[in-house]
Amino acid sequence: MTTAAAPGTTPEPEDNPLTDGLERLPVHPTALVIFGATGDLARRKLLPALYNLAHEGALPERFGLVGNARSEMTDEAFREQAIESVREFSRRPADEQVLAKLFANVRYVPGSFDEDAVYEGIAGALDGFDEDAGLALNRCFYLSTAPAFFPVIVDALGRRELARRADAEVRVIIEKPFGRSLEEARELNARVLSVFAEEQVFRIDHYLGKETVQNVLALRFANTLFEPLWNRNYIDHVQITASEDIGIGSRAGYYDSAGALRDLVQNHMLQLLSLLCMEPPVAFEADPVRDEKVKVLRAIRTPHAVEIPQLAMRGQYAHGIVAGEEVPGYLEEAGVPQDSTTETYAALRLEVHNWRWAGVPMYLRTGKRLARKVTEIAVTLKPVPHVAFQSAGISTGVRPNVLVLTVQPNEGVSLSIGAKIPGTRMAIRTVNMEFLYGTAFLSESPEAYERLIIDAMRGDATLFTRNDEVEEQWRICDPILNAWEAMPGPLAQYPAGSQGPADAGALLLGDATWRAI
Amino acid sequence: MSPTTDTIWRERDTTPSAIEGALRRLVSECHATMRSCVPARTLNLICVVDREWSGEIANRLRRVGRYHASRTIVCAVEPDRTRIDAQATVTVEGDPRPGEFSVMRELVVVQVGEHHLRDLDTIVDPLVVTDLRTAVWSPHGHPEAVDALTTGRAGGNAIAQVVLLDSADEPDVEVALARDCELVTRSEVVDLAWLRCTPWRERLAAAYDPAARRGELHTLSKLSVRYRQDSFVSGLLLVGWLCARLHWRPEQLTRHGDLLRGRARARRGEIELRLEPVDSMSSPGLAGVETRSDRGTMLALERGAGGLTARRREAPKVRGGDVTEHVWTVLGASRGEPGILGEGIRHALMRDPTFEPALAAARRLLG
Repeated sequence: MTTAAAPGTTPEPEDNPLTDGLERLPVHPTALVIFGATGDLARRKLLPALYNLAHEGALPERFGLVGNARSEMTDEAFREQAIESVREFSRRPADEQVLAKLFANVRYVPGSFDEDAVYEGIAGALDGFDEDAGLALNRCFYLSTAPAFFPVIVDALGRRELARRADAEVRVIIEKPFGRSLEEARELNARVLSVFAEEQVFRIDHYLGKETVQNVLALRFANTLFEPLWNRNYIDHVQITASEDIGIGSRAGYYDSAGALRDLVQNHMLQLLSLLCMEPPVAFEADPVRDEKVKVLRAIRTPHAVEIPQLAMRGQYAHGIVAGEEVPGYLEEAGVPQDSTTETYAALRLEVHNWRWAGVPMYLRTGKRLARKVTEIAVTLKPVPHVAFQSAGISTGVRPNVLVLTVQPNEGVSLSIGAKIPGTRMAIRTVNMEFLYGTAFLSESPEAYERLIIDAMRGDATLFTRNDEVEEQWRICDPILNAWEAMPGPLAQYPAGSQGPADAGALLLGDATWRAI
Repeated sequence: MSPTTDTIWRERDTTPSAIEGALRRLVSECHATMRSCVPARTLNLICVVDREWSGEIANRLRRVGRYHASRTIVCAVEPDRTRIDAQATVTVEGDPRPGEFSVMRELVVVQVGEHHLRDLDTIVDPLVVTDLRTAVWSPHGHPEAVDALTTGRAGGNAIAQVVLLDSADEPDVEVALARDCELVTRSEVVDLAWLRCTPWRERLAAAYDPAARRGELHTLSKLSVRYRQDSFVSGLLLVGWLCARLHWRPEQLTRHGDLLRGRARARRGEIELRLEPVDSMSSPGLAGVETRSDRGTMLALERGAGGLTARRREAPKVRGGDVTEHVWTVLGASRGEPGILGEGIRHALMRDPTFEPALAAARRLLG
């Protein structure tokens, strides 16, 4: 649709008429600055994601990249490092011509995040991109650094007047963790929002970039089948599981100061819970979606210190066997203090106190060195009120239906239903109706970071966490962390490769049991 | 390359219901022996091919990369054949780790005679997976087979909802576009010639996307498209697309040697159109697109290494000032001609509402 122009003036269309019907919509020319550009995240995820976007022709028409880190190196050396990262970590083999072109004009600015010279160098590189392009590129600053540097970088961007420009958009992408407590998150939000407007801030929770996580909304709001059942009248309880079979690897430094609750529950798992429980948004746009998500978080009461032993439990993996191999316990891992009380397993029981969900227990659990890697949401429906074909003394095998949304590794949806076992008796067995993503679509799912980087460049914050969401998430987790810190060790141990601590079932109400991992 | 396991059934002088029964058994057997394999359920693809060229088609289908239809039914046509022979193969790709799964795909090759083509729907009907989208691809002609599969029998629904074709295969462009137009009245058409110009459409859309440049679309005064000799239809469809999107009214092109020239009328004035073949291109498709505006702005996109080479020249903003020129690469890997069929299969699950208007405009350019 175009607006009519007054005679003699240049018509200024509202929409670009050439984008109709295109699978990939254009993104405004953009320069991306990565702080921490030589770090693990940049090498493993960000640079390969940029390559894959370039390969598919999805990057903006004009694209500039600036890397910053403390290591002294030239543009050329950084270019070589970036190319190697793509070759090593890209999800598809690199096309050498695209790879060479992508990094041909990359700039590298060495220095600490508090050095004014760094920001002068970055500003110079960005101005150079604008000049080459003959137009003002949008600017995205990606903070892929240790969290301690987030406020330092944000302040410096503000001080150097890099946070706003008159003729283009400026955005800041902030990695997790966003603070280590409610107080830190509030402070960080205040610092960030003193420099940037909320619309400019993109707080990453990479789970939200996963196709199957977004499919939670599609499943709920694009089908009439589920929504009528999606409430306390039909749902008995919900279990959200994010288990890993691996240990902490070389991340002892980070992990021992974080623990399972901070690492996964406070962000990813509470985001999954909000998507599962939110009311339908008026539109699939940033604020309508986030408004509904934050209402769910607000409806979860702040746990009281005395309730915490009944609502939350933790554990630590001990020596055990995973995939036939003996593996050390957490306290035996390199870099972990022998008296560490950091939890590698956390489980919670929460309740969303609103009209739709009152009385439905929401169980969340996560852990390292568990039996296998799986992320899933299991929604268990209430049992049928009366089993008509009950025969005396014989179990007919009727079980409540369970709808399982698997986020990884076998992305899909499975619904367990009771079916008659062939034969003369009316015996029932649970069978599964399964939908697997890999069998139903021809398009390959992009990596979460590809989706999120391009969304941030586009200015679409739907899949990013808003300031109030982050604070609500910390409000729920903070009392648990405080209570655990106040409790002396050692923690309950569970053998590596197992289902978790033996007494984890104590959190569950009624007849519920944890699903097998 | 991941390992594959094939389970095969074949029968001479068979019937569609016997083939369908065999397919069901093969899928069950595969699942029974490998619990982790599950049938893909994405798209039925019916290929109608001359038997003597079926090997070449099989090679093309093998090269579609990850965009395989979940069930492919190849109808191999022999002129005098009277009976139906068939072979069904269930292929399991990959060797899944515990807890993961492998995808199972089905290929049915049905040997039929020319006299079967008019009623091919009655042979194929039991073989397609119900409720899945079905596309028909008939690269060796056989329009009667396409008609049978895209026209509902006795008021019923047609077997195929999508026709996959390549207008570049038809020597007469007018005939090719007329056939497209006829087919779009009853089916969705995925024309590979159209898909060859998709990256160019994306790039043009991006070039004029910045708000400050959208207005330039209404000042365009010249459009030149260069194409490989065998890809005239792609060039024509690209021009047709711009005409349709920008509400230009195209007139018939006239030939000047190899060059085709014409005009389109817009509210603001006339746009000069040029279509020109080039010789030095390794794969089919377009070689370059150039636009000029009545304000002296020029945008040129050319095939280059690692993407398209873009060049933008702007007239001086003040009298006596300098012309400014910017050259850059718009990044993107070449999909290559082997990838185009896979793209076609993928697009069978989509719908592009801009194809029909572009097609109508392209036909007006031919007069």
